[in-house]
Amino acid sequence: MEKKQNKYPVNHIIGFALSITLTIVAAWTALSSDLPVMWIIIAIMALAVIQAGIQLFMFMHITERGATHAPWNMMFHAFVIAAIVVAGSLFTMSFGFTHDHGGGDHHDESGAESHEESHDDHEGH
Amino acid sequence: MQLDEFFVTGEPLIYAGMVSIVLVSATVIFLLTYFKRWKWLWNEWLTTVDHKKIGIMYILSALAMLFRGGVDALMMRTQLAFPDMNFLNSQHYNEVFTTHGTIMIIFMAMPFLIGLMNIIVPLQIGARDFAFPFLNAVSFWSFFFGALLFNLSFVIGGAPDAGWTNYAPLAGSELSPGPGINFYLLGLQLSGIGTLATGINLMVTILRMRAPGMTLMKMPIFTWSTLITTFIIIFAFPILTIALALMTIDRIFGSHFFTLTGEGLPMMWANLFWMWGHPEVYIVILPAFGIFSEVIASFAQKQIFGYKAMVGAIVIIAGLSFVVWVHHFFTMGAGAFVNSVFSITTMMIAIPTGVKIFNWLATLYKSKIIFSAPMLWSLAFIPSFTIGGVTGVMLGMAAADYQYHNTYFLVSHFHYVLIPGTVFACFAGLIFWYPKMFGHKLNERIGKWAFWLFLIGFHLCFFPQYFLGLDGMARRIFTVGPEWFTLNFVSTMGAFLMGLGFIVFVHCVIYSFRFSPRNIEGDSWGYGRTLEWATPTPIPKYNFATLPEIESHDALIDMKEKGQTTFDRDKLEPIHMPSYTGQPFIMAAIMFFASFALVFEWITLAVIGLAGIIVMMIIRSFDYDEGYHIEVDEVIETEKKARGMTDE
Ligand code: HEM
Ligand SMILES: [Cu+2]
Repeated sequence: MEKKQNKYPVNHIIGFALSITLTIVAAWTALSSDLPVMWIIIAIMALAVIQAGIQLFMFMHITERGATHAPWNMMFHAFVIAAIVVAGSLFTMSFGFTHDHGGGDHHDESGAESHEESHDDHEGH
Repeated sequence: MQLDEFFVTGEPLIYAGMVSIVLVSATVIFLLTYFKRWKWLWNEWLTTVDHKKIGIMYILSALAMLFRGGVDALMMRTQLAFPDMNFLNSQHYNEVFTTHGTIMIIFMAMPFLIGLMNIIVPLQIGARDFAFPFLNAVSFWSFFFGALLFNLSFVIGGAPDAGWTNYAPLAGSELSPGPGINFYLLGLQLSGIGTLATGINLMVTILRMRAPGMTLMKMPIFTWSTLITTFIIIFAFPILTIALALMTIDRIFGSHFFTLTGEGLPMMWANLFWMWGHPEVYIVILPAFGIFSEVIASFAQKQIFGYKAMVGAIVIIAGLSFVVWVHHFFTMGAGAFVNSVFSITTMMIAIPTGVKIFNWLATLYKSKIIFSAPMLWSLAFIPSFTIGGVTGVMLGMAAADYQYHNTYFLVSHFHYVLIPGTVFACFAGLIFWYPKMFGHKLNERIGKWAFWLFLIGFHLCFFPQYFLGLDGMARRIFTVGPEWFTLNFVSTMGAFLMGLGFIVFVHCVIYSFRFSPRNIEGDSWGYGRTLEWATPTPIPKYNFATLPEIESHDALIDMKEKGQTTFDRDKLEPIHMPSYTGQPFIMAAIMFFASFALVFEWITLAVIGLAGIIVMMIIRSFDYDEGYHIEVDEVIETEKKARGMTDE
């Protein structure tokens, strides 16, 4: 077995530091920034995409060629699963809610219930 | 915090539990000291990275958990047969069914199967060990300490009581204050690290370390099912990790992911839980299918029928398992369209499963069946599991499920798939491969007694529950009305029969340890077909001295025809081995400490534990131990002894 120990893993350390920083920034955005809700969501999404990029480039050998080529196959599966989790949750969980952030929660819930009771009118979406 | 808040007080049964824990620990400590075995324990077991030994430790822990979960089950059945006796009160009953379910799935079924995979998969593909032996030890110890943490809950702090599904908002901090649910969250989190790491480890091992000539389509079926299972583990477990983490943050740091207030979405827990949970049930059934395939092919003395169809069916089942999760909450009210979609995907799973059933039957057709104990377990699996599958399809029809949901009909369904599927497979696999692990067989006569008691007990216990369910008896209730008395009583008798079967099995292990003949052949049963039987018994720690070119998925059959063995003197070379190390044990012990602190929300201690884990990781990063080599002479020596060769 060839030893490659002398090479200091600079990339990994930078990647690690960056991903921790991004996580802290995301937490700060959600917890203590004064941005409007929409912008918080957009910011977190953007940070998530950058985070995923860091993982792929710094840790997942996406740029490597040859015998240890990039694991396209696994990445494809991962994207499929991520799509199932996100799209699937939206598909199954968004019923009976209107996202009214002005304290209309109570009203929404009773709306959801009556929806459930009268679901034989084939009105699912 | 007062001591009497820390320990659970006031329950005679729990006092009995405490006394027995103290007694058992004292006995173990005494025996280890008396026979001066502490060093042996550390050097041979706690620091091992050998996949065979780790596998044995997995199986022993799983059997202990089967016992604990089984006692829980018998307590519940006793309560339901004599509801007026006040054996368990409602709170205690809630705790018992919660720990029963969690332990059986997470700490019994999975570790048992992972233990068998640990031992057998490297042997079936001709590997010397896992791809990452150190990581394998980390996996085992994090599972072990996760299980320990979870099991402590009933004497320290109070057991979780929101069901193994741990639904929000009941499991949230308003409705379930105290450490109980935290034990669930952190025990699963800790052992989940181990499961995920094992998934990665086994996948790399199977993809990268197969014997020369063994293409994917020449792998034994058990290895195939393990490979597909690792895919499911790698894709499903992160969902559980996140869900557990979110609920932990909810409970300990006051966020609102799953709470009723603050715009939390309690049902999102159910959604995430089952996105992991349904793939999880396939994680415990696919390896079982693999075990049955191996046992049936061996004792029908025939090549497995439809190898390619078998592999294809496993792949399709694995794919479908990710798109059916909503069938666990049809009654949530997502609407007819959503329910119909998941109803159809659910029913589709029955198709590849049916293909497998017919393939097993076709393998048996016109074959010369040897009725050994592992074969009996496998034969009993086919019809029993089919009943479970058919009732699954009934549950899968969304409209009908409004009636069946959360009744004993459901309870019976999943026991009919999990027990004949997973538990029978664990017994079949354990008995089948037992000689490779311990160098002697289990007594067949006593083993068959255990089988018949367990099988009859099983049907007696769970068949009546279908009718109780149709009759309207809900799950998770601790009293029953008089109209349900008779069937409940029958069911309880069946449960105790299963308990008796387990005791007979333990007796069989002890009896065989004392009286079974030793020095058996490498191919212990004489019907082996795959590479694990080509090794001598006991298996040398490097597994294979040399490997022949593999030409089909029944490698041993070919080797026998050509007179090949795994000891070809001309091909011998020094063998590179990994060194034993105590780091995995210590690291997992620190994780246990940190999790325990977090359970009680002692943040400072938890942070100290976290720092300890990071220190252990740094130590590991600078660990340049390259292992050692076993020289050719030593290999020759070992092989000659194991194969009983005296010449030259
Ligand atoms: C033909 C295959 C199967 C079908 C169609 C099927 C269908 C279903 C459905 C629709 C439910 C939900 C019922 C309800 O909550 O009302 C369910 C529950 C369950 N199934 Fe299956 N199933 C199948 C195979 C399996 C297998 C192979 C396993 C495990 C080895 C399994 C384990 C479970 C468990 C553990 C639950 C209940 C969990 C709980 O609520 O606590 N099923 N099944
Ligand atoms: Cu399911």
